[in-house]
Amino acid sequence: MKIHEYQAKELFRKYNIPVPEGRAASTPEEAKQIAESIPGPYVVKAQIHAGGRGKGGGIKPASNSSEAEAAAKQILGMNLITHQTGPEGKIVQKVLVETASDIAREIYLGAVIDRERSQVVIISSTEGGMEIETVAAKTPEKIHKTWIDPAVGLMPFQARSICFGLGLEGQAHKDGVTCIQNLYRMFVSEDLTLAEINPFVVTKDGKILALDAKVNLDNDAFFRHKGHSELRDFNEEDPLEVEASKHNLNYIKLSGSVGCMVNGAGLAMATMDLIKLSGSNPANFLDVGGTASSEAVENAFRILMMDKSVKCVLINIFGGIVRCDRVATGVVEAIRNIGNVEVPIVARLEGTNAKEGIEILQNSGLPFHTISGFREAAEKAVELAGGA
Amino acid sequence: MSILLTGETRALVQGLGKEGQFHAERMLQYGTKLVGGIRPGKAGEDVLGLPAFNTVEDAVAETGANASIIFVPAPFAADAAIEAIEAKLDLIVLITEGIPPLDMLKVKQLLKHSKTRLIGPNCPGIITPEIGKLGIMPVEIYNPGRCGVISRSGTLTYEVAAQITNAGLGQSTCLGIGGDPIIGTTHKDALELFNNDPETDMVALIGEIGGSDEEIAAKYIKKHMKKPVVAFIAGSTAPPGKRMGHAGAIIAGGKGTAAEKKKALRNAGVTVCDSPADIGITAKKVLEG
Repeated sequence: MKIHEYQAKELFRKYNIPVPEGRAASTPEEAKQIAESIPGPYVVKAQIHAGGRGKGGGIKPASNSSEAEAAAKQILGMNLITHQTGPEGKIVQKVLVETASDIAREIYLGAVIDRERSQVVIISSTEGGMEIETVAAKTPEKIHKTWIDPAVGLMPFQARSICFGLGLEGQAHKDGVTCIQNLYRMFVSEDLTLAEINPFVVTKDGKILALDAKVNLDNDAFFRHKGHSELRDFNEEDPLEVEASKHNLNYIKLSGSVGCMVNGAGLAMATMDLIKLSGSNPANFLDVGGTASSEAVENAFRILMMDKSVKCVLINIFGGIVRCDRVATGVVEAIRNIGNVEVPIVARLEGTNAKEGIEILQNSGLPFHTISGFREAAEKAVELAGGA
Repeated sequence: MSILLTGETRALVQGLGKEGQFHAERMLQYGTKLVGGIRPGKAGEDVLGLPAFNTVEDAVAETGANASIIFVPAPFAADAAIEAIEAKLDLIVLITEGIPPLDMLKVKQLLKHSKTRLIGPNCPGIITPEIGKLGIMPVEIYNPGRCGVISRSGTLTYEVAAQITNAGLGQSTCLGIGGDPIIGTTHKDALELFNNDPETDMVALIGEIGGSDEEIAAKYIKKHMKKPVVAFIAGSTAPPGKRMGHAGAIIAGGKGTAAEKKKALRNAGVTVCDSPADIGITAKKVLEG
């Protein structure tokens, strides 16, 4: 789960990673008050879960508290469009008001889980302030990677080596070593999947500072971090995805017209792919779970019906331990409970008791199109949704 | 006539709660040799006719078990897996979904220094038709045969196995390696086993977006694979930056797309199906020329 910069910086403070003084504000007045309580000059930063905020006009300097208030007034409520938000942009609900820094050097520092090596890797680069993917593509020799043995942890020599590589000297080197050790300690103690400081700066007076902070939390580890789930910002998510998550459904809104309901993530992706190959586009990814309980099916159907771009629903269930006749009964009940489902429904049931399941759908009096082939079902759904 | 799960496999069940018991019963019905269950503090009791033990170590000493299937809930699953590794089992199948990746890093580290093979987590398990299954898959769709199946998915694996059966073929062993970012057995590991298995003539490889497991498999295939491989990669239509149900199915920083994976596999001589509906018939064509 992504969190905001201001939340990430709170986490940084907890682990003694130096960050500028500052707090988040929801109103221009609040921004002014914060500015008055910390040293100036200031920088006012839009809080959205996307990079490229500066270019989009979401980061503004302010020399005094009135200017900070004015900057906050401009940014709050704006629809911020960056290369990471997509063309629809994001409405800014909060700004971070901070003391601005005199920057001498910009560095990159990040930690992620390296899937290939099954280790946490610390990525460092002298090329801070730009996207690390760009640095990796253009000047891969400027990216330094340090892998960490999970049993041993980050050793001091590794942190020193990173700081030597970054050309940090004197006090900045010493502080950098401590900071990198704290970064790793935070990563494992808080169950992060990503921690990124870009830029990590050396100020003109030789101090190091995390000027930006990006942190992703591991949702699967929420059971051992009580406060983490409270950091979720529902404004950052699609309303239908929020609704689906309340029912423990894996749902992702897409832009096509064929709604899909599938049991299992892999089969759900394959179903989307087949819709595309058949000439249309999927309206969503939706995995009702391998067991496709009747409750999950009903909730899933309600969510599909809330999406007005859905012109046809394709149900693709592969019965395993869960029998197709049970799923079919659940589907029929769900549609009866919801009432007036007006879009056509194509159902493909395969696997355990598929024949019995199809009979239940056909005898329900509801207008199902039951089709046994995977390809044929996708093609029918595309046709009923109005073609390509 | 198979890999990993053979007539010699004698397995324990770790996590004999409702789900574990449900599946243990079905594994037994299929003829799988289950020899005991782990229920800390309940040693001496019987579950489904299986003796219960306090620890894996005790169970191994008593029964000679060489494998285990784990249904323990996510917060405790890494502990269960490490207990099984320390007891020097040959094979561990970890069904549990939602294990924190940092826990899995520790498990992987221990695996490196052991002879144990781990399948999963977040997987449907492994089946060798008519020999046994350590998993949660339905058995009706499988048919003994000479096609090995490797997949990161659950129900999509069933779909593919059924297509292979419907095409008049069968499976030597069918292996769900799991949908998580950190898994015990990778595509490449499984390919290696099938490559050396005299009872497997070809392999169906079912990948998906996220990570570089399929690209690594492609490198192995190009260099070493003696048998034809048919592949499908799920998620051509998946948007970047979104986790598609499986924790590992995410295009991150522009990496891990289906297009890249298909290209790597095609370059290695793999027959890649664009359509998930074509895997069975393609396997038949490849096998029968």
